[in-house]
Amino acid sequence: MDNKKRTNEWKRHGVQAVWALLTNSYLLGFAQGKIYKGKLKNLCVPGLNCYSCPGAVGACPIGAMQAVIGSWNFKFAFYVAGFLMFVGALMGRFVCGWLCPFGLVQDLLHKIPFFRKIDTFQGDKLLRKLKYVILLVFVVLLPMFLVDIMGQGAPYFCKLICPAGTLEGGIPLVLLNQTLRGAVGWLYAWKNVLLLITVFLSVLIYRPFCKYICPLGAVYSVFNPISVFRYRVDKDKCTGCKACAKVCRMQVDPTKNANHPECIRCGACKKACPVKAIR
Amino acid sequence: MRDFLRAPRGGICLAVVGLVMMGWGIFRGELPVVLEKAINICLECIGIG
Ligand code: SF4
Ligand code: SF4
Ligand code: SF4
Repeated sequence: MDNKKRTNEWKRHGVQAVWALLTNSYLLGFAQGKIYKGKLKNLCVPGLNCYSCPGAVGACPIGAMQAVIGSWNFKFAFYVAGFLMFVGALMGRFVCGWLCPFGLVQDLLHKIPFFRKIDTFQGDKLLRKLKYVILLVFVVLLPMFLVDIMGQGAPYFCKLICPAGTLEGGIPLVLLNQTLRGAVGWLYAWKNVLLLITVFLSVLIYRPFCKYICPLGAVYSVFNPISVFRYRVDKDKCTGCKACAKVCRMQVDPTKNANHPECIRCGACKKACPVKAIR
Repeated sequence: MRDFLRAPRGGICLAVVGLVMMGWGIFRGELPVVLEKAINICLECIGIG
């Protein structure tokens, strides 16, 4: 059951919302069922934000990475990998807690009351490794090796899995654009089923997509232990009361590892600590 | 800010390596591929292609 003591998270949600609005501020796209075509799309945004969202003014790093890896003349994406390394080395998964629109969507969905909320389950820890497999297989290996006669690989994560693409790009564009509406088929249905499952599970479990599936979260998680922005627990102040671990919905115990790969830097533990031992 | 100043050198070095990689990627012409993908509706993302 979800018996966590809730810390007030609305300040963080405010930052998430402002960032989501800023990076999806091409309102004309929503009005016309089109997407932004300007030069800003050379730049990646730090979070999982589909570049086929009518409002998106930047490029999704996971989509961009597959595009470059899958293009016939490049087999490695230095620009996007460098961007992820730069952001990850500075902030780690702070991006997940504060700067990712799909993280915000899951945060809000989890606020919907349900008679049974699930904190953790048998196999939870093992299942969290799945995101690394998805990163390797769908974002890197398949676009690199499963190519057409021109040597061009498809963005397989976008094509077969990504529910953010369906929510932010697929649904609005198909609703607003008649030509696209005529082209929907089994793949569209499949991706909508995955989105529905993600939505339902997000009500039950805190951020299931982030915990088990997201390849971008997987990349940033690797940087968490060494990122410039990190947490420290003052051992002299800490009384071992575990208030921090109890409040964490990513199931991290900051007293054991304040920079665990699963920590999304939401700050709930910092607020919950009665002696302010986490900085 | 204090956190930033007390940062482990490793993180800063990696951030610099990231910047160098970005520069190398731009130099060898990866940006047009990113832009081309981002400014055309991605049929795979929206579940049509
Ligand atoms: S489908 Fe998902 S991974 Fe692909 S570009 Fe869109 S948000 Fe990014
Ligand atoms: S794990 Fe992925 S979807 Fe979740 S907040 Fe991080 S980048 Fe966004
Ligand atoms: S350890 Fe703290 S900051 Fe990290 S996810 Fe848990 S509550 Fe949030």
